[in-house]
Amino acid sequence: MRKLTWLLFLACSVACETQAGDTLQNRRPNIIKPDSNNAGLKLPSGFSALKVAENLGRARHIAVNQAGEIYVKLERKLNGNGIMYLRDLDKDGRAEEVSGFGNYIGTGIAIHKGYLYASSDEDVFRYKLNDKGQVENTDSPEKIITGLINRRQHASKSITLDNKGHIYVNIGAYSNACQEKDRQVGSMGMSPCPILDSAGGIWQFKADVLNQTYANGVRYATGLRNVVGLDWNHQTNKLFVTQHGRDQLKYLFPQYYNDTTSAEIPAETMYEINPGDNAGWPYVYFDNKRNKLILSPEYGGDGQKEPSVTYKQPTMAFPAHMAPNALLFYTGDMFPARYKNGAFLAFHGSWNRTPLPQEGFYVVFIPFENGKPTGKWEVFANGFAGVDVINSLRAVQHRPCGLAQGPDGSLYVSDDNKGTIFRIMFNGN
Amino acid sequence: MKSKINLPLSFSLFLLLCCFSWDANAQSSTAASITRGKTIYIQRCMACHQQDGGGVPHMNPPLDGASAVKGKDKSKLIRVILKGMSDRVEIDGEFYSNNMVGHAYLTNQQVADVLTYIRNSWSNQAGAVTAAEVKTVRAKIK
Repeated sequence: MRKLTWLLFLACSVACETQAGDTLQNRRPNIIKPDSNNAGLKLPSGFSALKVAENLGRARHIAVNQAGEIYVKLERKLNGNGIMYLRDLDKDGRAEEVSGFGNYIGTGIAIHKGYLYASSDEDVFRYKLNDKGQVENTDSPEKIITGLINRRQHASKSITLDNKGHIYVNIGAYSNACQEKDRQVGSMGMSPCPILDSAGGIWQFKADVLNQTYANGVRYATGLRNVVGLDWNHQTNKLFVTQHGRDQLKYLFPQYYNDTTSAEIPAETMYEINPGDNAGWPYVYFDNKRNKLILSPEYGGDGQKEPSVTYKQPTMAFPAHMAPNALLFYTGDMFPARYKNGAFLAFHGSWNRTPLPQEGFYVVFIPFENGKPTGKWEVFANGFAGVDVINSLRAVQHRPCGLAQGPDGSLYVSDDNKGTIFRIMFNGN
Repeated sequence: MKSKINLPLSFSLFLLLCCFSWDANAQSSTAASITRGKTIYIQRCMACHQQDGGGVPHMNPPLDGASAVKGKDKSKLIRVILKGMSDRVEIDGEFYSNNMVGHAYLTNQQVADVLTYIRNSWSNQAGAVTAAEVKTVRAKIK
């Protein structure tokens, strides 16, 4: 009898699955099996995950073409290549074919209107895609932007594009707080900060013109210390960016800050950018405890004083030092409706909270409607670090760095510590 | 009467005793230097190089296990503390992006203490650095 019940149950399951497969095929075409432990990730109910690829090294940003093939920008060459190209030949969700091209390291990569765009820490290139979304000529990309400043610190040139033929490039400030001596205890800020002429902001260039330099670009927004995550919101046609806030308040100005305040402020911030915006770095920082802009100690602040000049307010503030390295507005149909048009952020994880435990190392979701947040941020995918309390960066397994959306609506997350590519899917009802 | 003192033997014993006590002094002074060095480390170094000396991948190099920290070339190490480091330098096969400022304001003894601490912490086991060694290097870079 028990056997019969089981058989009936099995038969029903098969029948149900077939039916579900037929009716939901358009909405959820994937029949990809997640990893049994969801690749070690903690996800909301109904979501699952798998590892698409591992051991790619410093996998920074990622882009997925219409066939679900993945381009990964590397910050350190792997087998002599700066871009990896991952193909899933047997459609099980895992990449069997891993090849590479591009003789330069960097962070930025994006697919837009028939081109793959990729950046080194000084230049931006583009490769023509064929009708399958593949780069055919890997050896001679067009160099569209050249000569951007790279002084090691905050060198990543993250990119995104709009629908009017522009590309937006982050040029991070090669400094923590524009001190006369970078990261020197008590050193005061240069006024005005000379770094802002060529860095510490977002520059706009043409997406299809070769060999553009600073002279051909527009400083679209300034006062942004280091933006690694940025994305174009196609609902409202606005640029959104996520800034890494300044480090070491207590170390540099121990008279005004203690270990706790230094670990917990300033906020990491997200901005909706309008042309000409100034977010205030290095003159101010956003204090997430008091929810206001505070004058930097390098410019006469004491941890309390507010600036006399008005600067851009953030769209949203996050805990300090967590390093938002990627931003993606989700436009797919796979995830439940509340995720549509919302923002995913990949937090790389902090180092500047010592001696307190480090924070971040997860992917966050913010619900949006018509380009405005409709709720608070929430942790969407956690468990990348592999340890609960993080007192040593050496103990951390994976650090989320890049985000991309697949053609079926899957969310891809890259990790630049071990070089793992995760794929997050929705399999619930 | 045969109460003759064996002079060479006594002298040798004396020397041996001296050696032991000198060694013990050296050990206790190294221990004291490490203790003082730890205080300086927490104030001045830990924010970047972390509690476990592991650094921050690609930003701030680790000190634990670092060949330059454990190595014989103390003057190079002293120079880094005094002058800082902002060049693109490969360290044990990796590059690091953050700048380190110079710490010339520390006294010779403080530099010696903090270096003795990092050379004898975590998995590192290397010889102490003395204030005299720091003084010599400081004189050369002035």
